[in-house]
Amino acid sequence: MTIGELARALRARETSSVELVQETLARIAASQAINAFITVDADGALAQARAADSALARGDAEPLTGIPIAHKDVFMTAGLRTTCASRMLEHFVAPYDAHVVAKLREAGTVLVGKTNMDEFAMGSSSETSYFGPVRNPWSAQCVPGGSSGGSAAAVAAGLVPATTGTDTGGSIRQPAALTGICGIKPTYGVCSRYGLIAFASSLDTPGAFARTAEDCALLLAAMAGHDARDATSLDRPAEDYRRLLAAASATRPLEGLRIGLPREYFASGIEREVIAAVEAAIAELRALGATAVDVDLPMVKHAVPVYYVIAPAEASSNLSRFDGVRYGHRAAQYRDLTEMYCRTRAEGFGAEVKRRILVGTYVLSHGYYDAYYLQAQKVRRLIAQDFARAFERCDIVVGPTAPTCAFAIGAKTNDPVQMYLNDIFTIAANLTGMPAMSIPCGFTPDRLPIGLQIQGNYFDEARMLNVAHRYQQVTGWHLQSPSPASGGEGRGEGLSP
Amino acid sequence: MTWEIVIGIETHAQLSTASKIFSGASTAFGAAPNTEASAVDIALPGVLPVLNRGAVERAIRFGLAVGGAINRRSVFARKNYFYPDLPKGYQISQYEIPVVRGGAVTIATDAGEKHVRLTRAHLEEDAGKSLHEGLPSELGGVSGIDLNRAGTPLLEIVSEPDMRSAAEAVAYAKALHSLVTWIGICDGDMQEGNFRCDANVSVRRAGGALGTRCEIKNLNSFRFLAQAIEYEARRQIELIEDGGSVVQETRLFDPDRGETRSMRSKEDAQDYRYFPDPDLPPLTIDDAWIQRIHSAMPELPEAMRSRLVAEHGITDYDAAQLTASRELVDYYHGVCKALPAADTASHKLVANFVLGEFAAARNRADVAIAAVPVSPADVAGLLRRVADRTVSGKIAKDVFDAMWAGEGDADAIIERRGLRQISDARAIEALVEHVLAANAPIVAEVRAGKEKAFNSLVGQVMKASKSKANPAQVNEILRRLLAR
Repeated sequence: MTIGELARALRARETSSVELVQETLARIAASQAINAFITVDADGALAQARAADSALARGDAEPLTGIPIAHKDVFMTAGLRTTCASRMLEHFVAPYDAHVVAKLREAGTVLVGKTNMDEFAMGSSSETSYFGPVRNPWSAQCVPGGSSGGSAAAVAAGLVPATTGTDTGGSIRQPAALTGICGIKPTYGVCSRYGLIAFASSLDTPGAFARTAEDCALLLAAMAGHDARDATSLDRPAEDYRRLLAAASATRPLEGLRIGLPREYFASGIEREVIAAVEAAIAELRALGATAVDVDLPMVKHAVPVYYVIAPAEASSNLSRFDGVRYGHRAAQYRDLTEMYCRTRAEGFGAEVKRRILVGTYVLSHGYYDAYYLQAQKVRRLIAQDFARAFERCDIVVGPTAPTCAFAIGAKTNDPVQMYLNDIFTIAANLTGMPAMSIPCGFTPDRLPIGLQIQGNYFDEARMLNVAHRYQQVTGWHLQSPSPASGGEGRGEGLSP
Repeated sequence: MTWEIVIGIETHAQLSTASKIFSGASTAFGAAPNTEASAVDIALPGVLPVLNRGAVERAIRFGLAVGGAINRRSVFARKNYFYPDLPKGYQISQYEIPVVRGGAVTIATDAGEKHVRLTRAHLEEDAGKSLHEGLPSELGGVSGIDLNRAGTPLLEIVSEPDMRSAAEAVAYAKALHSLVTWIGICDGDMQEGNFRCDANVSVRRAGGALGTRCEIKNLNSFRFLAQAIEYEARRQIELIEDGGSVVQETRLFDPDRGETRSMRSKEDAQDYRYFPDPDLPPLTIDDAWIQRIHSAMPELPEAMRSRLVAEHGITDYDAAQLTASRELVDYYHGVCKALPAADTASHKLVANFVLGEFAAARNRADVAIAAVPVSPADVAGLLRRVADRTVSGKIAKDVFDAMWAGEGDADAIIERRGLRQISDARAIEALVEHVLAANAPIVAEVRAGKEKAFNSLVGQVMKASKSKANPAQVNEILRRLLAR
């Protein structure tokens, strides 16, 4: 069920928040094989649900009151274990709420637990978690994408109607695509990063997963807003991201919309089924009134290497605080300070995190800084200029979210570059700070979901969401669910549009 | 062959904001360990820095005071290194683009005034403190970390290598110290470590190329600064004269032994991997902000010194002494204001007293001006009695000591102790007659032309009057009666 449907049922007293939470806990327990959760807070969730039911009874309820959700375990949650899927923080209980966590609490949501992810959000498959890999609800042999794989899998498997995630280099959109749900990364600065355990500060963006664009809009509205504790948080008037969604359905609701199709997004190296599904989606958008224009993004081909300089550079510094001195893991045996640091970090961090710390340390080193970090920052600006030019000719940019559908667990773990290339289409939006989302637009013949990426200009979330919403009004990909057995047979078979 | 010492100084001035540079925690000194460290200061996961505009405001004030340029856009950078009292594993500082560039500080040297050029001044955060001694023994010899100081705002002021002696270095450090306290950006308490100097010292043959420098860290008194530079210059000269060469390194000064010793060499120097802090947008400063700060700037010491000479008629030496400290000159002004006459004689009287008796008493008691128990108005009350000759300058010292001891205001003390100056000619004549009668041999010497003997008679009269007789009158009457 969508948030909208659940909220109506709660108001109609057809169910209660406590019932929803009990059902959620039962589904989570029955779906442990997916490994979507690192921590489940049954007692806390039931207490929040009881409070939500009282608010509902008083008629004192917000649109999200009583709705069970889960947060990616990268967000600090007061009194609840917050691990970042790392041994480093295996037993770390957060003493405060992240800003978006607090905002969603105030909005009345019920936090049922923390979702699994790539360690410190570094990965594209959710396989680097200290707590084991997350499995794709559509196929247990496949990854759900990453790094927010647990959040995506939890929604795809129907465990909760919505979750939060973070998107540093596609970490919301790519798992949304690989699990057949909606995921939105807003403009950088719209949601505060306070309480988000930093991976790459200039790229990290909180966002949301849900089944529908409408639910994403609802969640984003609750998460967005200025936060004086984050100097990169933007002070803008509150925005109703659903404002365009309510308009009456015309036969051609996207009349006048110019969709930009970057040649670079339809080049070789992309799975045939992915191209076919995306092209069908574009045809659907044109049928809704949109016109397609070709755009050029010549610098986007450098997005992955640029990202793999900037993100590790920032990460190498951001993760220095995990030193065993004040909190988190500390090695049991050491002779001196240096050995304490070395052992603590050798034991506390997994291989991918170490790889990125090493790369980041290298690119910031004396004598290499100009050639790598400064050069990457220059190309980053050129990529933003590409998009600025493209958005003079079009309103949104559309293409595949990822070049492939979900791949098998273990298939790319020994080839980091292949793994990194899965983010080839998503990374640019992080480098520019522009908003982007992924919505389901089809399946491969063996029923693995395919995602359509919709990118907007700065602060164009409402327009993006409207395009997604109009598409979802005439298609049914987002309504499909995997079978509970996660064997790959869709329960919604026959619902295809 | 003569040697020239070349010195540049980096100073860390703790800015006098109530809260830290990137968090809301208090900067007050002396709290129990780790009680003034917020989530941001201890670098919990997920926390972010937010710049304290008060620190920026103080940096701008400094830039304006030294005639430097205020960069309209400056950048915070991360200096990465691991140390237990550095919670984030990096220090937020400014690297490529500081908030202030250029400027100069004027110092007095034996050869006259000299301008020491400044390279830059930048904002940064302080680290915490590692405590290796004095921890409870039951902890078993561990080191402690106190993060109260972590995140305290610092202005790092970097000079050009313009100083040529330890004396010049000390003059520079004192002038800078006076300036930062004068403009109210730093409390200047060196014992609490809120004004610390690092000295870069090298030596060269006169006229030769610059030598290799050594940096001596954390000199927190002017005396240590002088001792460290003198030792270090001597060490380098001896090293070169013995055929060796100076190795670029960081050294520490040991005040107990009066020597510097190697801390780490350039080869061991860390690569700090500076890069712009992505958590903090570039610091932008607009003209209006600078203008507001400029219009609220106090008169600077040099300007006030010239004005005091021109308007108050005091000597340049006295004006320089008074303007060496904002508190001192404020005290001087406070006394002047409380006096009825604003003429040169009054100003000179006040300057002499403040730089003489007042300074001496303060040194004896070893207290800050703020803690002096006698108010400027009280001092004015005393000086009024000196001006109208109710008491002599000598008696005034005793009255001041009594005021310091809390015995009341000048008039009350003069009355109670009967210290009023004797200016009644008849009374003095009686005293003189008595002294002349009792000292016939001395009188004979005076009459024989011995001037020393005359002074002895003056002393006798003053003693007989318990120092209360008006000295000028005593002189005059003695001369008159001796000439009979």
